[in-house]
Amino acid sequence: MNIIVCIKQVPDTTTKVRVGKDGKHIDPGGVKFIVNTYDDFAVEEAIRLKERFGGEVTVISMGPERVKEALRMCLAMGADKAIQLWDPAFEDSDPYTTALILSKAIQQLPYDIIFCGKQAIDRDTMSVPVYLAELLGLPQATLVVKLEVDPNARKFIAYRDIEGAKEVIEGLLPAVISTQWKLNEPRYPTLPNIMKAKKKELKELNAAALGLDSAQVGEKGSRVKVLSMELPPPRSKGKILKGDPREVCRELVRLLREEAKVI
Amino acid sequence: MKIDFFNTESLLSEEEILIRNTIRKFVDERVIPIIGDHFEKGTFPMDLIPDLAKLGVFGANLQGYECAGLNNVAYGLIMQELERGDSGLRSFVSVQSALVMYAIYTYGSQEQKEKWLPSMARGEKFGCFGLTEPDYGSNPAGMQARAVKDGKFYILNGTKRWITNGSIADVAIIWAKLNGQIRGFLVEKGTPGLTVLEMKKKLSLRASITSELILEDCRIPEENLLPKTEGLKSALSCLTQARYGIAWGAVGSAMACYEEALNYAKTRIQFDKPIASFQLIQEKLVFMLTEITKAQLMCLQLGRLKDKGEMDYTQVSMAKLNNVHMALEIAREARDILGANGISLEYSAIRHMNNLESVKTYEGTENMHKLILGQKITGIPAFN
Repeated sequence: MNIIVCIKQVPDTTTKVRVGKDGKHIDPGGVKFIVNTYDDFAVEEAIRLKERFGGEVTVISMGPERVKEALRMCLAMGADKAIQLWDPAFEDSDPYTTALILSKAIQQLPYDIIFCGKQAIDRDTMSVPVYLAELLGLPQATLVVKLEVDPNARKFIAYRDIEGAKEVIEGLLPAVISTQWKLNEPRYPTLPNIMKAKKKELKELNAAALGLDSAQVGEKGSRVKVLSMELPPPRSKGKILKGDPREVCRELVRLLREEAKVI
Repeated sequence: MKIDFFNTESLLSEEEILIRNTIRKFVDERVIPIIGDHFEKGTFPMDLIPDLAKLGVFGANLQGYECAGLNNVAYGLIMQELERGDSGLRSFVSVQSALVMYAIYTYGSQEQKEKWLPSMARGEKFGCFGLTEPDYGSNPAGMQARAVKDGKFYILNGTKRWITNGSIADVAIIWAKLNGQIRGFLVEKGTPGLTVLEMKKKLSLRASITSELILEDCRIPEENLLPKTEGLKSALSCLTQARYGIAWGAVGSAMACYEEALNYAKTRIQFDKPIASFQLIQEKLVFMLTEITKAQLMCLQLGRLKDKGEMDYTQVSMAKLNNVHMALEIAREARDILGANGISLEYSAIRHMNNLESVKTYEGTENMHKLILGQKITGIPAFN
């Protein structure tokens, strides 16, 4: 099977994020970047399919030089090839243009199934996999927690947890599958595989190589743009009421009603 | 949290960073949440071993025989991260890799290598290293263990004490005198005449198995002699490998203690402000970070020298002596900053502190390393 995984490099959850000077981006200085948590499930599922049915796993990511580190991590986990998509014109791409750029790269490759994490933990838009399926004209299954694939019948069965129920859907391959955290347990890359990762192919493609012109991508091609970004206000100090329990209760109820307006 | 004040990461290759990050994640997710309980109960976390083997940490800096074939800096970073979890865990990996696998790799016959190294790399077989005796610690040359040739066999007699992993080892490398020369022998588990006793009542390295090995007319086939061993220097060359790992490992312990102390100092409020705002606490934190930074740089250069084949054992002595000394000082200071909480296994400072008392003593005591360096500098041996 030819398996493709789209990944994003995001700030580590333990990193302290600061907003940059322009008020629209995070300040990347001092930020530790990791492979998006949900993409780990996508990579793991892809490698398991390869181990079962044979074939090749190609990992793709759009982003600047630093995303190579994330791609190498996926190669160390067991992916076979990696492609970095970058061009200065890609800066400030929205989910639609990101999916467009990814789709152009994928169209140059043979593929039977495409995996994406269900969302990136930095921007949380959950829309790239959906756009991608549309742009490629493929069936899709989102937030998948269990997957069965039959490469001969060219079919998949996907299990989804929906509000209060489980849903089982069947579809034709090729398809776009977005992965949810229960799907599998991502492996740690082994030390020998980390050493082998350096020797695996890591290709770079820019706008021209993808047949895109700068008006289609980046902020120009985007359908939504970020106006501003700010950190949540620091939590204000709690209030401690002291005194006679009766009085304190009465005051608490008054504050909940009049100040907090929750009762 | 990144503890890298001099940006030593910029001196590492992409693979070295990936390897460190992988082991770091494993230790954060799998070791740190459970290790305090193991320390309290005095048990080794055996269930981590299959996964550590799958990662490829055993004999990771050896070439071939299913070993990962990493360079020595990557190997050192693994030791650092493991000991950031616990010195007992790092000791387990050190003994298996640097003492046992290295000894077989360097002094073994082809058959011995093929028999033991792949299964040890896979974590299916374990080894231990029997050099120290009850009456011969810093002076192993005086050892009482003896081997005598008897037809196609050797008969071994002697007692080895303070042997890490002894009770779970499938094979023990026993150093004993054969016609007056110290040689290494492979003694397999279950050999008649070999008795293994687990040593209890330790207040240090509690999450690690320590044993006593008693050999009474223990008869082993002649092919179990490590053929290339020649005298004490063969055993000491294995110790150099292990001490190299300890020099890195101690930095890991120190990092864990510093991180814990810093976080605690920033959040612990006394006199209406974080204790980190007091000069006496800041002085301690600065001392810690400075010592860690110096040790990081020392390890890295030591590793680069080792990779070039230019490392001298006296340099290893200096790094082991310095780094364990500073780590122990840092653990004590961290314990102090944590106040009463510092004595609890809910935190890691006292666990590291107690562990490091062993690390200071084993693989050459701090005093012996000073004397090794004293001899190097002056040309005059102060011992023997």
